[in-house]
Amino acid sequence: MKRRDTRAALLFLSPWIVGFAVFTAWPILYSGYLSLTDYDVINDPAFIGFENYARLFSDPKVALALGNTLFFTAVQVPAYVIVSLALAVLLQQAGRASGFFRTVFFLPKMTPPVAVGILFLLLFNGQSGLFNAALGVVGIDGPSWTTDGSWVKPGLVIMSLWTVGSSVLILLAALRGVPEELYDSAKIDGAGSWRRLTSVTLPMISPALFFVVVVNTIAGLQTFDEAYTAFFGAGNTTYANDAALFYVIYLFQQAFEFLHMGYASAMAWLLFLIVMIVTAIQMVVSRRLVHYEGASR
Amino acid sequence: MRTPGHHHPLAISTAVGAASLLALTGCAVGTGGGDDSGAEYSSDTTLEGELSVMGFSGVDEVATTRMDFAKQELGDGVEVKLTEGELDLQQFLSAAATGDPPDLIYANRDQIGSLAARGAILPLDRCYEGEGIDDDAFVEPALAQVTLNDEIYGVPEFNTVQITMANADLLDGAGLSIEDVNGSDWDAMAAANEALTRSDGGSLAVIGVDSKLPEFFPLWARANGADLLSEDGREAHLDDPAAVAALEWAVGIYDAQGGFGDVKALRDSADFFGEGNQFASGVLGAMPMEQWYVNVLNDVSPDAPLAFDTVRDHDGEPIAYASGSAWAIPSGAENPQAACRWARAMTSVDAWLAAAQARLDLREEEGKPFTGILTGNAEADEQIHDMTTSGGEPWDSGVAAVYEVNEHTFSLPANPADAEFEAALNDAINDVLSGDAEAADALARAQETAQQALDDAWAKVEEGS
Repeated sequence: MKRRDTRAALLFLSPWIVGFAVFTAWPILYSGYLSLTDYDVINDPAFIGFENYARLFSDPKVALALGNTLFFTAVQVPAYVIVSLALAVLLQQAGRASGFFRTVFFLPKMTPPVAVGILFLLLFNGQSGLFNAALGVVGIDGPSWTTDGSWVKPGLVIMSLWTVGSSVLILLAALRGVPEELYDSAKIDGAGSWRRLTSVTLPMISPALFFVVVVNTIAGLQTFDEAYTAFFGAGNTTYANDAALFYVIYLFQQAFEFLHMGYASAMAWLLFLIVMIVTAIQMVVSRRLVHYEGASR
Repeated sequence: MRTPGHHHPLAISTAVGAASLLALTGCAVGTGGGDDSGAEYSSDTTLEGELSVMGFSGVDEVATTRMDFAKQELGDGVEVKLTEGELDLQQFLSAAATGDPPDLIYANRDQIGSLAARGAILPLDRCYEGEGIDDDAFVEPALAQVTLNDEIYGVPEFNTVQITMANADLLDGAGLSIEDVNGSDWDAMAAANEALTRSDGGSLAVIGVDSKLPEFFPLWARANGADLLSEDGREAHLDDPAAVAALEWAVGIYDAQGGFGDVKALRDSADFFGEGNQFASGVLGAMPMEQWYVNVLNDVSPDAPLAFDTVRDHDGEPIAYASGSAWAIPSGAENPQAACRWARAMTSVDAWLAAAQARLDLREEEGKPFTGILTGNAEADEQIHDMTTSGGEPWDSGVAAVYEVNEHTFSLPANPADAEFEAALNDAINDVLSGDAEAADALARAQETAQQALDDAWAKVEEGS
């Protein structure tokens, strides 16, 4: 009986397994091979050993792109989580209006990233952008977000908050799952609202927070669309002095503009390694910070 | 939360993965170095089958009229399938990797060298000869851009050149004339820039002169006597002292206005294609700009106070940096004969004249002047020039400048590392614009990077030949 169940399970799973093997696992493995070759897509790959990997360490643009990406991720992820959490807490208080606001917060997520990139150039224009106009109302003389190299990444971070909607929904669901009696007990113990947030809410929603952090870190390390559209897209001569040259943008240039697919594959493997290391560090740290209800530690 | 699926990396991974997969699964034939020895090109042959075209759209009457003409030339036996939009290199390469490329691509001429060097597109000598395409008919720099190692790989189409465009009211107000901003005297142009520039409460309100970096740097370099790339496409000359001086001067134009960032922000804030464009709204003194913008300005702000001239070198001679598009036939194309005939028909004098007439009719209907089309075909240009209609001044001067400068163009020769060459150059210019580097240092670094890329790419070409 057990064997029959296993067979049935495998049968039902087989479309996914085949799809995964053909469209994910095999290409990943093969890109490992390509990373050891000189390959321009049009002609056969020529094996060159670890030359592409050696070149990674002597290419100043790899270091620049990696630095930009890590900086962006390091600033963007905390900002993203804080804003998402703040909005989720507000939504929790919103009562009946919560449904309306959930939809409103999620709507920007439906906007194509390419459109967001163009929107960025309009909203954040140092001369005529709406964002600086808003800052001007409170007496702040906004910088040139799209043309001053020092402000390009902070601008992109702010713009990325446009799509916090789905994180807000996940955190809102987690917040609603916190048992009310815990808050009652905390109140009886004299805990104020800040204490209740730090000692009850955050530990109880820490798995959701952890999920949001991990997923956004990976997305941050792979950021591409908005920055590419705004600063590197076809016919776009917007200048940023490479302040917006993120790692995947440079990878894309190597693969499809310079036709160095072998080198781009090596770059992809380096990024994979970095993502694995960062995620592993997050997993280790999470053991101390994430509280799973009912789990033995 | 941004899901990874919402991000391009997945698309890239998929594309890289798909290319990898296809390369290993038997469909992975690739097309590099494929030839068209089985094809017989002749203008008399009756053609049949399918013609798949990538990168071309029938966006306006100039395109659709010629398409109708080309379809007629192909005959009823050929079914044309268009993959519209600009040529997507990723899409084309993926198709080539599977051994199933389109029959014809419509590419920027600066992409032809790289594709030719890798064997992705066919040399067209037999196509030119069989279909009777006259290579002497093309504007010389256009043909040079599609010629690698003395072999022609594309059929040139459209030509883009720059002319000087200025705000006549601002010039008058500052006691200047168009000669002060046409590039013939750089000191005068720098002085005019300062005279025209206006600030309002500390921020830039009027751009005096926009030297249009980084895109038009080759124009200023050439005007100063520097060829950024040797005629054979093998030697970069980015560190030529004349190029360094040109970059210092062109960046100095921005520095005098508070820096490129301020100019760029104001430039980007203009309603470039609308009534509130920078000339109509009086926020730009002068700039070199491609000729198609004359048409836009005439369309949206016919009463704007404009003045036109060619861009000029230090001897006062007209000069323009030409670019444009071309037709090319991928290696492995199923129907190269039909592709060749389509390319011949689309670029023929008859097709261009029909397209010009269609535009002329439309412009007359709208009560607007016909300002011409630059085709890449010298004879067609001459005849279409005769068809242009007067829009009064300053528009007639604009059209005259376009046709005058079309006789004085240069281009960057085809080479197998064009994208890397351009990237190295733009990086250098951006470093100087941002104040991170001096022109000489930045261009010296770019020279090293570009030459290395050229050497590597040419070495592969030699290996393959």
